[in-house]
Amino acid sequence: MKISAIVTLKKDVLDPQGKVVHQALNGMGFSSVKEVRQGKYFEIEIDENDKKKAEEKAEDMCKKLLANLVIEDYKIIGSQ
Amino acid sequence: MNSSVIIFPGSNCDRDMDVALKKFGFKNKMVWHNDTELPKSDLVVLPGGFSYGDYLRCGSMASKSKIIESVIKFANSGGLLMGICNGFQILTETELLPGALLRNKYSEFICKNVFIKINSTENSYFKNIKKNILELHIAHNEGNFFCSSDQMKNINDNNQIAVSYCNRDGEVNDDSNPNGAIKNIAGIFNKQKNILGMMPHPERMIDTYLSGDDGSVFFENLITNLR
Repeated sequence: MKISAIVTLKKDVLDPQGKVVHQALNGMGFSSVKEVRQGKYFEIEIDENDKKKAEEKAEDMCKKLLANLVIEDYKIIGSQ
Repeated sequence: MNSSVIIFPGSNCDRDMDVALKKFGFKNKMVWHNDTELPKSDLVVLPGGFSYGDYLRCGSMASKSKIIESVIKFANSGGLLMGICNGFQILTETELLPGALLRNKYSEFICKNVFIKINSTENSYFKNIKKNILELHIAHNEGNFFCSSDQMKNINDNNQIAVSYCNRDGEVNDDSNPNGAIKNIAGIFNKQKNILGMMPHPERMIDTYLSGDDGSVFFENLITNLR
């Protein structure tokens, strides 16, 4: 089973990379861009057929390694 | 005094730290990250660098390496554990120290000398140190110390701020904050003050002619306190 997860900086955490990307987009003429926040996307292949169990394992991975919960939030966004 | 410096793949200040520790009288051993046992040590150092290429987050992969279990055990039993730069990032990722090191506020790698003010001398690292402002070198992309408001409360309540960025005269202000760190924090302790993490590199300031001597002041004082 393949699990998709995203990790993003918490709202109150400064994101200098997102800010620079935002400025670049504005400079390229995408003047309607109001804000950019950059994050990470993971595709995790798990040897597990039960969707619930697979998602639980992925969540555990997010908590223990993929996200730093002091500064980041995670979200399981899909499983197939 | 026995010390150990842990080498991770991508560490690059390990040799400098080895030279510095030996210069001031430590019998130092280098320990590979895949080892599981620490040699008998009075001080363990996690050096600066780019462990595991800074993959995922700075220090995150190193915080899961094989040797770390022994390092945590050592620190939890009261052993002195110091993390410099990437070592500081590893200490926050292991949760031995609170908070996290974010990207520098102005999106640039900073490599320069800074002044730091010592905030607490009731610990083995800074007790009786003969200067309270040190000029040390920083070189980092992720040194912007951040923590939750609850963590900040604990840090304040337990007097855990070790060193703060300041100007030449010791004033802690926005102009002397190189990376956006909360409250100009350059380094913190754990509650018991046997674990120190800091971004500045004392090991780079141990030669009168090449760099300056404020690193020497730090190491001389440290070994004197341990003897």
